[in-house]
Amino acid sequence: MCFNAKRLSKLALGPVLMLLSAFALANPEVNQVNMAPGVTEVGKEIYDLHMIILGICVVIGIGVFGVMFYSIFYHRKSRGVTPATFHESTQVEILWTVVPFFILIGMAIPATNTLLSIYDNDDAELDVLITGYQWKWKYEYLNENGENVSFFSNLRTPQSEIYNTEAKGEHYLLEVDNPLVLPAGKKVRFLITANDVIHSWWVPHLAVKKDAVPGFINEAWTRTDQTGIYRGQCAELCGKDHGFMPIVVNVVEPAEYDDWLAGKQAEQAEIAALMAQEFTLDELMERGEAVYQRNCLACHGANGEGGVGPAIAASAVATGDLSGHLEIGINGVPGTAMQAFGGQINDVEMAAVITYQRNAFGNNMGDLVQPIDVFNHKKGQ
Amino acid sequence: MGDHHHGPAKGLGRWLFTTNHKDIGTMYLWFSFAMFILGGAFAMIIRAELFQPGMQLVDPAFFNQMTTLHGLVMVFGAIMPSFVGLANWLIPMMIGAPDMALPRMNNWSFWILPPTFLLLASTLFMEGGAPAFGWTFYAPLSTTYAPPSVTFFIFSVHILGLSSIMGSINIIATVMNMRAPGMTYMKMPLFVWTWLITAFLLVAVMPVLAGAVTMMLMDIHFGTSFFSAAGGGDPVLFQHVFWFFGHPEVYIIILPAFGVVSQIIPAFSRKPLFGYDSMVYATSSIAFLSFIVWAHHMYTVGMPVAGELFFMYATMLIAVPTGVKVFNWVTTMWRGAMTFETPMLFCIGFLVLFTIGGFTGLMLSIAPADFQYHDSYFVVAHFHYVMVAGAVFSMTAAVYFWLPKWCGRMYNEAMGKTHFWISFIGFNLTFFPQHFVGLAGMPRRIPDYALQFADFNMMSSIGAFIYGASQILFLYNVIATIVAGKPVSDEKVWDGAEGLEWTVPTPAPYHTFETPPKVDPAHAHS
Ligand code: HEC
Ligand code: HEM
Ligand SMILES: [Cu+2]
Ligand SMILES: [Cu+2]
Repeated sequence: MCFNAKRLSKLALGPVLMLLSAFALANPEVNQVNMAPGVTEVGKEIYDLHMIILGICVVIGIGVFGVMFYSIFYHRKSRGVTPATFHESTQVEILWTVVPFFILIGMAIPATNTLLSIYDNDDAELDVLITGYQWKWKYEYLNENGENVSFFSNLRTPQSEIYNTEAKGEHYLLEVDNPLVLPAGKKVRFLITANDVIHSWWVPHLAVKKDAVPGFINEAWTRTDQTGIYRGQCAELCGKDHGFMPIVVNVVEPAEYDDWLAGKQAEQAEIAALMAQEFTLDELMERGEAVYQRNCLACHGANGEGGVGPAIAASAVATGDLSGHLEIGINGVPGTAMQAFGGQINDVEMAAVITYQRNAFGNNMGDLVQPIDVFNHKKGQ
Repeated sequence: MGDHHHGPAKGLGRWLFTTNHKDIGTMYLWFSFAMFILGGAFAMIIRAELFQPGMQLVDPAFFNQMTTLHGLVMVFGAIMPSFVGLANWLIPMMIGAPDMALPRMNNWSFWILPPTFLLLASTLFMEGGAPAFGWTFYAPLSTTYAPPSVTFFIFSVHILGLSSIMGSINIIATVMNMRAPGMTYMKMPLFVWTWLITAFLLVAVMPVLAGAVTMMLMDIHFGTSFFSAAGGGDPVLFQHVFWFFGHPEVYIIILPAFGVVSQIIPAFSRKPLFGYDSMVYATSSIAFLSFIVWAHHMYTVGMPVAGELFFMYATMLIAVPTGVKVFNWVTTMWRGAMTFETPMLFCIGFLVLFTIGGFTGLMLSIAPADFQYHDSYFVVAHFHYVMVAGAVFSMTAAVYFWLPKWCGRMYNEAMGKTHFWISFIGFNLTFFPQHFVGLAGMPRRIPDYALQFADFNMMSSIGAFIYGASQILFLYNVIATIVAGKPVSDEKVWDGAEGLEWTVPTPAPYHTFETPPKVDPAHAHS
């Protein structure tokens, strides 16, 4: 938000901007030079801690470098000085061992306190299960009237911007199709895990960074009163598109959150209804293209030409037996980058994308897959 | 072999079969420089891609291969072998020994390196590409999800470990058994001391690294599940094992650099090192502490809070002996009579920039703050301040300092100073802005970034090209010195230099100290 005005400012204004950033809530700021205090209590504590240690380091640094540069200017041979010969002094050595030790104790106390608040995961009002996938996030709201809402959150920046054929937008690489929506003022607990490799869920303004480790569930929490959009990224190298799995959190007033959640639940009910519907080839192709671009293009190429995964154009699977194709789409190929998409996209989407792969890129199978076929395939296994 | 004063053999055989510590040292040094150029070329590709937002030159998969190979080549190919080369040249000369204790093994530990790096580099041309999981190769990205070339990577790591262990055993044996009469432990030059401690660290942790890659090999090819949660294993176990090696490894890199600086600063301050004993104790305590801090690289993996606190306190403690070292160097300069030849300039550069890296290290050690710093460009800035401005600057200083002794010719001082200033400016331009983008939220190991980070990244790339280019000047200066530098014949070369290596003729003859020297108590340690 409001980057354009800030674009004018150059490096000299960096620190000023940094102060402004607390109000502007654009994150990150253009040419931001310091950590953002963020919008949570823990975030502010961390920021204060960071500033204290930085301050102590700067003071010690000025002392050490001051002595050193004094010496460099005055104790040089060209000034005709004769070198002193002193060395070894137990008192001095003890002094510069003990004093830093006490400074460290001074730092350790607030650090310990902040760490304990980071670890205080109890009494959350809302639990969200976050799962890292190569290369997207899945959010699942737990315990909300027994009916879990879940969805995937993918990068929304188009390939054309990444490959420089179109101008880059304001939130280049920091925008997703489905942001995580959270209610303001409520303590939210995140349960973080991963489906394939290790990822790390990081939103600087919420001061949350926690690794998503397959097979383990980590906990973290946040609470903020400040509504707004907070952007972050995956922080742990997770393969090819590690740089392309951003996180967007939209914190809204609780009432708005409730509406949103109700909307999501209705949406899921609607999908359930769609499942029973019969689609025409054109409808499936249209839906399928969108699903393909969102979920498959990264590995199979924009024109089905392949990449990390094999080509879909003229692929033996996509032009072969339908159930074999469905099998790979739903259950993936274990041990390869081809994941099981059955749990990631719904049956309508799966039906559409399989139909699309069989009828696009020069594949001309002419057969179409209905959601019920996907459902039956899943049942039959 | 009747003649005791024979010179080197002729032709290629001299290098292939040599057991002479100076020849082997020379080969290590040239090899590590070649790796420095190769790793540097990878870095240039990385910085060129990051020059602007958007993907321009390489695809994301290749970008990951570049960051991985850059890290591996720089750590295992450039920095570590360069200090082994220095150790080969200097340790026998500093302790008054005729050669290394195990000269044939010495030949081996060098000659297995070039084929290993050839193998590692050849993975670039393999099906599926080179390793792309970072120099820290976290499982399961490096096991279940790795390209087939990972097997060759594992083999390379095994051989590199073998080479390091053989080199270290040799150094330990040499220092313990071959000191000239009168050269007691507390009279050894600090470079020898720091290398002795480093060698113990290497022998202790290289087998751990070998264990980590062996477990990977088993997971990949033999159906075990050490690191696979699906089979009952634990991906986090990998990180514990890796960092149990990895943190001591960073001290393996920096301790010999401390040694070099402790030789050079007194020489150009014309004043003895302020606290020799406390430097020895500080180095030993750093080495000890380095075994109990590894999980500070893992604050965000979800350790219990008690673990976090333990590793935080232990890590903070390391700042104490590190501070002792810095204070000692500064006090050594205090009221000396300093001159600022190229080696001294690089040491002062080291002192300033390493101290900054130490400060950011202290900041990173604060666990709650590390939740924001971790895996961001702030960490990238930190470790380049300690590894490039620390290890590489001190290595550069060492070459300028001892080169005249090695080849009997003086390098071009003006060119050396120019090299320093361009390096210093280029280095800071590259890495200082990385603190900013890291704090602002830019993760590391990404091939493309948000527009807000654009200006600092462009600055960083320009700095990197400058720093890279300055190395050509270095190479030219060194070659020009060796073939046509101004001859020097003073034994001491530098008026303030102390130590046995300065008592042999210049250039140092092929064999030195065939009869042990008399250690003059007044001249013990510099
Ligand atoms: C992370 C990368 C990745 C993504 C994303 C991906 N695939 Fe794949 N896909 C692969 C790989 C790798 C293979 C090859 C697996 C093997 O070794 O058999 C593959 C194979 C396939 C095949 C078999 C092709 C053949 O000729 O063997 C089909 C069909 C397929 N994927 C469909 C899809 C669909 C549908 C999507 C999107 C919903 C998708 N893939 C997304 C990596 C991916
Ligand atoms: C005062 C001394 C030091 C302290 C307290 C310190 C502390 C730390 C901490 C806490 C981290 C983890 C940061 C993170 O990933 O979030 C780190 C990373 C790192 N440090 Fe240091 N450090 C110190 C000195 C050094 C030295 C001397 C070296 C090497 C010459 C070094 C090399 C590294 C490297 C390579 C990493 C990053 C590893 C990676 O993730 O790729 N550090 N340091
Ligand atoms: Cu990632
Ligand atoms: Cu460490």
